[in-house]
Formats: sequence, structure tokens, C-alpha cells
Amino acid sequence: MTNELPAPLIAPDGAPYWRAAAEERLEIQCCAACGTYRFPPGHLCRACGSDAADWRRVSGNGAIYSFTIVHRAPTPEFRARVPYVVALIDLAEGPRMMANIVGPGALECAIGDGVSVTFEARGPDAKVPQFRLAED
Amino acid sequence: MLRNKVVIAGVGESDIGKVPELSGLGLNAQAAKRALDDAGLALSDVDGLITAYSMTEPYFMLGSVLAEYLGIEPSFCASMTVGGATPAAALHHAAMAIATGQAKTVLVTAGENRATGFSRDAAVQALTQVGHPYFENPYGPLIPAFYAMVARRYMFEYGTTRDQLSAVCVQSREHAVRHPASPMTERITAEDVANSKPIAEPLHMLDCCLISDSAGALVVTAADRADEAPHGAAWLLGVGEGHTHEHIVSAPSLTRFGAVQSGETAYAMAGLGPKDMDFAELYDCFSIVPIIEAEELGLAERGAGGELFTSGRAAIEGALPLNTHGGLLSYAQAGASGGMHGIVEAVRQLRGREGARQVKRHETALVHNEGGILSSHCTLVLANQRR
Repeated sequence: MTNELPAPLIAPDGAPYWRAAAEERLEIQCCAACGTYRFPPGHLCRACGSDAADWRRVSGNGAIYSFTIVHRAPTPEFRARVPYVVALIDLAEGPRMMANIVGPGALECAIGDGVSVTFEARGPDAKVPQFRLAED
Repeated sequence: MLRNKVVIAGVGESDIGKVPELSGLGLNAQAAKRALDDAGLALSDVDGLITAYSMTEPYFMLGSVLAEYLGIEPSFCASMTVGGATPAAALHHAAMAIATGQAKTVLVTAGENRATGFSRDAAVQALTQVGHPYFENPYGPLIPAFYAMVARRYMFEYGTTRDQLSAVCVQSREHAVRHPASPMTERITAEDVANSKPIAEPLHMLDCCLISDSAGALVVTAADRADEAPHGAAWLLGVGEGHTHEHIVSAPSLTRFGAVQSGETAYAMAGLGPKDMDFAELYDCFSIVPIIEAEELGLAERGAGGELFTSGRAAIEGALPLNTHGGLLSYAQAGASGGMHGIVEAVRQLRGREGARQVKRHETALVHNEGGILSSHCTLVLANQRR
């Protein structure tokens, strides 16, 4: 993983997410009324409609719901990384997010494999959450 | 209730494949002229216009832009963007406009010059725009990667196989080869598919749709004018939509989608069920997709969709012909054109004059369009007469 990849775009809904990620914490927005996690973040709870929310640090542990090994990169920046894994991760706390599986054994990953969060620098100030296969 | 309220009185397609001499608007205009000729009508008869979107040309209000380009001043005009579901959804909107007296004759077009309108790298980059800009695109997905994750999970839960994916592609190509306008003229084998370049595993190059220059058009009018259609009218019996998400990260499931809802709505309106469908034109941007749709729409049990293709049931001579023109995989795909070619093909098959490609039973047709990552769905039930 290199710094040549683009820094994440940051919009108001997700600003706290990216501030936390830059400090290597995985924080997910959570409804203050009913406790449902909101990912991607938004103004209203998709379960109860409340506009009250806070941000909670989550464990960073999860499991692979599905994945693919990409051989044809979408942009020149990603071309140097092929083949790489794009996966959907179900966090232990419930929400589903996308990330690359990085580190040892990534290309041999399988549905259901346990993963834990790690952080990858992008640009001068930003970091994006990534996942590596759990130790066992 | 739209059953028996409107008909498709004319259909047309632009030249298909690589058409560098026409702009995207030009392709839409060519398809529109051919559809109007087919309907025995002229541009001056059109008082409603719905078109889709373009990623190749720098226009904003594409409905107004196309009206301007065609030299018409409709009283009902819009561009719609529900991805690949746009043509069927646009027909839905056109039908509502006609049924409520907002318009008499609505022209629906879709397509663009995606093969020659920009470079391949630009095309691939444009396709990444479907990813969530903030929470997916940092990870380098492209559209095949999203569908590959669907395929992987679907294969994991329902046992769909590599051979079944390949059979979809082989069947589509066999049908395309019989289409006089098809740019694909060579048959392929299951080995060709499995051995083609991996794009996003488990999907290979031949599991992915074409990138074409193409457009299609429909002329939609009130059912009481059906007899005026010189080449025969196709009746809209049922239509339904289902929209569950846009981005894959927010999909409620990768093994159950909105086609269940759109199909149930369309069948209920038509008063018909999956067993009443003589043939179907399913959306097939990737080989896994028509398998899932066949199951969601009740043409096969869950997990049994692949067997439609391996058993030959999906062949033109089979019990349930599917994607009789070759689909997006082997006929054409350009922006929103893919689903439009399925509707055009259904109308042509219902008329019964397609020669080597003609299905034997052609009284009822099922058409399904989907957009995004199986995000937005629209199902149509069409027939060759009022029912």
C-alpha cells in the first residue's frame, strides 16, 4: 500500500469518521434514540428516523461477508496494486463496510474469515481503514 | 392500474457496435426515427419524451437536450436515471402520463456512444462513479468487482457454479449470432468463458457485458390506437418497480433483491404468473445476473436458475427462451441501452417475424431491467394482444 492512492473525499456527514480514522480509531455513527448503527453516516436513523446521533468507537473486528480479487484496476493509481482484494466486512457490532483485505494471506481469504482493522496512510493527513486476516 | 391502457406501437434501434460517425444524441435520434417509422408516426406526433442519461457527452438536461436536437417541443419531457432500469422505468412513467391524459404519444429513448465516445480508460473511470464516492471508491472497486461480490456470495449460499455462469454466456452468444444486427458473430464455448482474462474473480472478461455504441427507442401510445400500428402493437399488461439501495455497502442482502417486489407487482397487475410467460428478456450485465433474476421472478426455484442455461431450456428452441437477442453480454450495452434492447426484442418476438431467432410461443413476454448493483428494478409483462 503506497501513498500514491487518492486521499478519501470528506463530506460533512462523514467528517467525524475520517477525523477518527486519521488517529487510527474506527468510529461509526450510532443513533442516540434507538442504538442502530448508521453506515454510511447520515442525518437520519434509517431504523427509527431520529436525527440524534453520536459516534462510537467499535472493536475493529469483523468477518468477510463477500469479496473479489480485482485484476483490472478502475484508475491508474490502483493499477500498481493488482491483484488486490475488495471485500465487504460485517463488523462485530453489526454494520457492513467495504475495505481491502491487506497483509499476509489476503489473496487466499474466504467468506467468513475473521478480520481486524488496520489503517493505511493516504495523502499527507488522511488514513483509511483497511482489514487484515485475524491471527486465528 | 395500467393493464391494457397503453401499447408500444413502434420500436427502433440505432446501428449497433462501433458507430464512430454518430454522436450519442445521433444514435438516439436514429433509433427514434426508426421507431417512429415502425409506428407509422412522425416526430410531429410526439408530445412526450423521456430519455436516459449519458456519460460520454457533456450535457446536463438530457431530455430537453434531446427534444432540442430532434426539433420538438413536448408538453411532457424528462431525463431519468435509474441506471440500467431506466428504459423499463421510463416506459412505466410514459404509461402513467398517457393513462392520465398528460400525453398522447410518448417517445422513450436510451443509449449513448460508449464504445467510441471516449477512451477505454475514461470508460472504466466513468464506471467507477457507480461506487460510493466516500466509502467505497477509496478501495478501488469497479462495477465488475461489485457484481463479483454478489456472484461470490450467491454461489456460496445457493451453490451456483462456474459452469452455470459460463452457460449463460454461451447461450447469449448463440442467440446473438442469429441476430442480423449483432456485432458478435462467433460462437463461444464454456472453456472460452472460463479461460478468458480474469477481471474481478470469479468474473472473467466474457462474464462481463459488451461496451457498445447503441441506442433504442419505443413509441408508446394509448391502447385505443393499437390498431393503427402498422407492424403490430405490444400491450403493456403489468409493470412493477423495486428499489432497495444504490451502493452495495447498503444493500440489505446480496442474495435477495428488489426484483422479487417488482416482479410480484407486475404479475399481479397483469393477472398472470411466471408460468404464463412464453419467453423472457432478462438484464444480463454480468453472467450471474440473469440467474438471480430468473429465480427472483419465479422462472426457477432459488438455486435452480443456472440450470435453465445448462439444460438448454433457455435456448430459443427451449421451453423458456431467455435473452433471445443475445442480451448485454453478446448484443449491445451502452449506458442505459441494454435494457432498452431487451424491450425492443420482446416487442419484435411478440410480433412473430424474427426468422432464425423467432421463439415458437410468443403471446406473452417478461422483461426485466435492473440498475446500479441490483439496486433498482423494473419488471414488465407484455403481450401481443389485449388480455
